[in-house]
Amino acid sequence: MDKGELGFDSINLGHGSGGLMTRDLLDKIIFKTFSNPFLDQKHDGSIVKFDGPIAISTDSFVVSPIFFKGGNIGELAVHGTVNDVAMCGAIPKYLSLAFVVEEGLKIDEFITIVNSIKEAADNSGVQIITGDTKVVERGKGDKIFINTTGFGKVNSKANISTDNIKVGDKIIVNGYLAQHGMAIMSQREGLEFESTIESDSTNLNFLVNDLINEFGNKIHLFRDPTRGGVASVLSEIAQDINQGVNIYENDIPLEKQVAAACEILGLDPLYVANEGLFITIVDAEIADEVLKFIKNDEKGRNSACIGEITEEHQGKVVMYSSIGGKRIVTPLIGEQLPRIC
Amino acid sequence: MKYLTEYRNLEATKKYLELIDKTITKRWNIMEICGGQTHGLVKNGILELLPDKVQMIHGPGCPVCVTPLNLIDKAIELLENGVIVCSFGDMIRVPGSKKSLLEAKADGGDLRILYSPIEAVNIAKKNPDKEVVFFAVGFETTAPANALSVLHAQKEGLKNYSILVSHVLVPPAMEAILDDEFCNIDAFLGAGHVCAIMGYREYHPLAEKYKIPIVITGFEPLDLVQGIYLAVKQLENEIHKVENQYSRAVKEEGNKAAINVIKQVFKVGNREWRGIGEIPNSGYVLTKEFKEFDAELKFGITNIKVPENPECIAGEILRGIKKPHECNQFGEVCNPSNPLGAPMVSSEGACAAYYHFSNNDILK
Repeated sequence: MDKGELGFDSINLGHGSGGLMTRDLLDKIIFKTFSNPFLDQKHDGSIVKFDGPIAISTDSFVVSPIFFKGGNIGELAVHGTVNDVAMCGAIPKYLSLAFVVEEGLKIDEFITIVNSIKEAADNSGVQIITGDTKVVERGKGDKIFINTTGFGKVNSKANISTDNIKVGDKIIVNGYLAQHGMAIMSQREGLEFESTIESDSTNLNFLVNDLINEFGNKIHLFRDPTRGGVASVLSEIAQDINQGVNIYENDIPLEKQVAAACEILGLDPLYVANEGLFITIVDAEIADEVLKFIKNDEKGRNSACIGEITEEHQGKVVMYSSIGGKRIVTPLIGEQLPRIC
Repeated sequence: MKYLTEYRNLEATKKYLELIDKTITKRWNIMEICGGQTHGLVKNGILELLPDKVQMIHGPGCPVCVTPLNLIDKAIELLENGVIVCSFGDMIRVPGSKKSLLEAKADGGDLRILYSPIEAVNIAKKNPDKEVVFFAVGFETTAPANALSVLHAQKEGLKNYSILVSHVLVPPAMEAILDDEFCNIDAFLGAGHVCAIMGYREYHPLAEKYKIPIVITGFEPLDLVQGIYLAVKQLENEIHKVENQYSRAVKEEGNKAAINVIKQVFKVGNREWRGIGEIPNSGYVLTKEFKEFDAELKFGITNIKVPENPECIAGEILRGIKKPHECNQFGEVCNPSNPLGAPMVSSEGACAAYYHFSNNDILK
């Protein structure tokens, strides 16, 4: 689709009116891009069938800037929800897709976003089966907000629950921390710095499903540490299970540029957002095999075991520093703010 | 990153911890001046690794923490009057008398979080019909960049740029602490970054007058334990002089180019410190030639005065008289989601550092 066929350069309030202009936008961009038997019915909703338990997850995406190194808000909206469904031990199959567009958004930006949603959905094996487009006045949004809801069939071999976590379980991540958050940070107004840091935004559903098929109920938990980072997720887990969590600074995988950027900006990578990262908590006896399995996958090359569950310091996460000291890792409070000096 | 990993080396750190242990014979109170050092001590778990005889007292060197309440109210006043206010990140959550800058932003104020004041000059250039103010807080460390922003604005002929100055200086604060009747400090770890700008010549008379060791120290674990070791060694040998542990960044004469920029724009003047009060000649004010860049004069807000929150003992924390957990409000009433005072907000603040990283009952 190129904008010449559309006859308009940017989205205006008329495109959210529900009238002919809305229809035009939907027909020429949305339906055309995402065409599938569900959407082609152009009904108010879609009817789908699942056998057995399903996992449902919803998320809204408001990232700014909407285009960043390594991705854009569109693919993020797919990966984020696909991954959330996958973390439940399910195989994501369908997505809903709702846009809130601020009037004035350039149509070629909108098309780029839609195309990258399509590509991310195809790569994740999901179909867009229902959606919505609203347009708000200038100043009442930030270019574009996207909400997606994902639906997936739970893998019958999965038994994902914090209830299964026990003392001695190992904590594994599939790659470098803090890539997404630092990629965004490097492009924020006023904070820009030169780097080639790219967002890690990607779909994790196939790797997660392969792990469940291979290791079944020995895998006790999956979580994706998006906003709030690894620290916040682990703190939540420690509180939920009322056991302690130990993590080891030396074992935490960090890409050099990200580590350096965090140093310069005074940010702690444990609290920075990720979009292609999962934490899995597994039975200690399979930890080495799990690690090997993940490292064999393209999305897990930099995987590492970063800690374990302990009966000490219940409800708390303790980090062993590289010099042998200890500190409590608390959940993130508010937004992580750059330090003065 | 080489300069970092080398200074986070387990074996080297252990060696200095052992040296401290071997050298020390009695209890010494050592104050680290800089909030960055407090952060480093707690984040790396060093406080737990030090022998009990070393008592680290956390100093006033957190720029956010010492900025007086009325300056925050002044910045909010500007925001509420349509001025674009630019600030360093960790200033924005500090409570003013009624609200924080972040809350003023939520109420519609145009607040920008920046790393560099030069960026604020660019914003002024891009918004010629708006007034732009940079909230120029900090110690000697941030003064050169803040001064440079004024020079840039002058060169560009910008009439819509000014700075809200709350610059403070380390040596007068050290002197005020030493003059306090409750002072129990035996040695100082000097603030490495401040000295990277200013050098350390002005510390010799302090060490001499108060017979106190001053070790200019860096921020990595190895820096900190080495700095503490040098201080302990001086104390045990009854020596009191200025030593430079952070020689990879600090020269005795400092950074001449940076000092020159400061001298062009600022002169030393009286400054109010949060929780401590006014200290004579303890900060920078704009010189006569640059008065037009003084936001307080430009917008007529010099008279905003507000009392500090009586429940907050920030003053005693900043002077090293009390530790954060000795405050009745610590953790329960006052925590990072609901801070009573600035030391609980900034990641360099002693209270926040204690809250986030340290919980002695659990770690021992």
